[in-house]
Amino acid sequence: MTVHGDADRLRIETLLREQEERILKRWLDIAGAAAGGRADHGVLGGRMREIYQAMLRSLSEGDDSTDLRGLLAELSRIQAREGFTPSDTAVLVLSVKEAVYETIEASEETAALRGYIWFSKFVDDLALYTFETYVTAREKIITDQSEQLLELSTPVVKLWEGILAVPLVGTLDSARTQVVMEKLLQALVETGSEHAVIDITGVPAVDTQVAQHLLKTVAAARLMGAECVVSGIRPQIAHTIVTLGIEFGDIVTKSSLSDALAHALRQSGVQLTQGASKRVVVATERA
Amino acid sequence: MERVPILKLGDVLIVSIQIDLQDQGVLALQEDLADAVVESGARGVIIDISAVEIVDSFIGRMLATIASISRVLDAETIVVGMRPAVAITLVELGLSLGGVRTALNLEKGVALLEDRDNARAVAVPR
Repeated sequence: MTVHGDADRLRIETLLREQEERILKRWLDIAGAAAGGRADHGVLGGRMREIYQAMLRSLSEGDDSTDLRGLLAELSRIQAREGFTPSDTAVLVLSVKEAVYETIEASEETAALRGYIWFSKFVDDLALYTFETYVTAREKIITDQSEQLLELSTPVVKLWEGILAVPLVGTLDSARTQVVMEKLLQALVETGSEHAVIDITGVPAVDTQVAQHLLKTVAAARLMGAECVVSGIRPQIAHTIVTLGIEFGDIVTKSSLSDALAHALRQSGVQLTQGASKRVVVATERA
Repeated sequence: MERVPILKLGDVLIVSIQIDLQDQGVLALQEDLADAVVESGARGVIIDISAVEIVDSFIGRMLATIASISRVLDAETIVVGMRPAVAITLVELGLSLGGVRTALNLEKGVALLEDRDNARAVAVPR
């Protein structure tokens, strides 16, 4: 910045300091009018005063505007919670320009008017910052929710002693499969189960990538000493799998969960017999 | 250099890897194990890797090599207690440990060997 510019900047700083009350009052008026009476003037006024003072500090101290940014972030958060759009918040911050401009015009100083250009840029940055804060907060909420969704949608259930099932519902992508894989393997260790059924009845489509993920899960389970059965393969999906040329190798696939359960029970040596009185009798082969 | 102890339980040899194996240690283990199998006439080798947190392709190959050596000496190798993270890593590395049997824990590994023996005992008399 030139020496000339520095002088202008100094002038507007002085003006802002001298006319603090007047500018603040005007700012509150303009912002209040823009908000259309939705805002609580007392609270908003207090908050704006704090911001104004932080702004003055930031202007005189140069680059350090941590305080100011913190206040703006808080303002943005509170406004968002009270149902204001991010534009409302930005307009609120920007309206300080109008208040300052009116004061400068009244003072009729060319130096201050030149400094106003610089000040305007400064305020624009602040308004943009509130917008950014809003977007960041939003994004955080979205990531949190998708994480929660990820956890909610992948339960590992125990079907029988030593038999686990993972009913998969919804589209499978890499991130989800990773979670499913980790949860299943962890559950295998914790419960000491040697059989797992991966049920894909709720998976709308299977492509090569999804199949790849399934194969990886089965291979990892095998490395740990557990066998996986893939069940719930609908006719269309069977067709897709064959058309795509996906090889399931020696992995056992069943069309329904009950078939898979029967297979797993047989493998673990449990015998089911239907009694005369139609009661299912369960016996274990191994002593 | 640290050596991995080889324990004998009946006619099964149990190797529990509790340390981060360096390449040298792996080679030593392979030799020791081959000696021990011949000496004891063991019919099964159980390698417990429940304490192993990090694997690379070298360790993966070590397990396969030990299995091959043991098979030549008529002993079956069972790898037990592999952690989920390790299993995922091995799959990502594209190692499937072909020819190595696995079990969730030591107990199930021993049971697996016994099952096989029972099957053999039934088959032999006829």
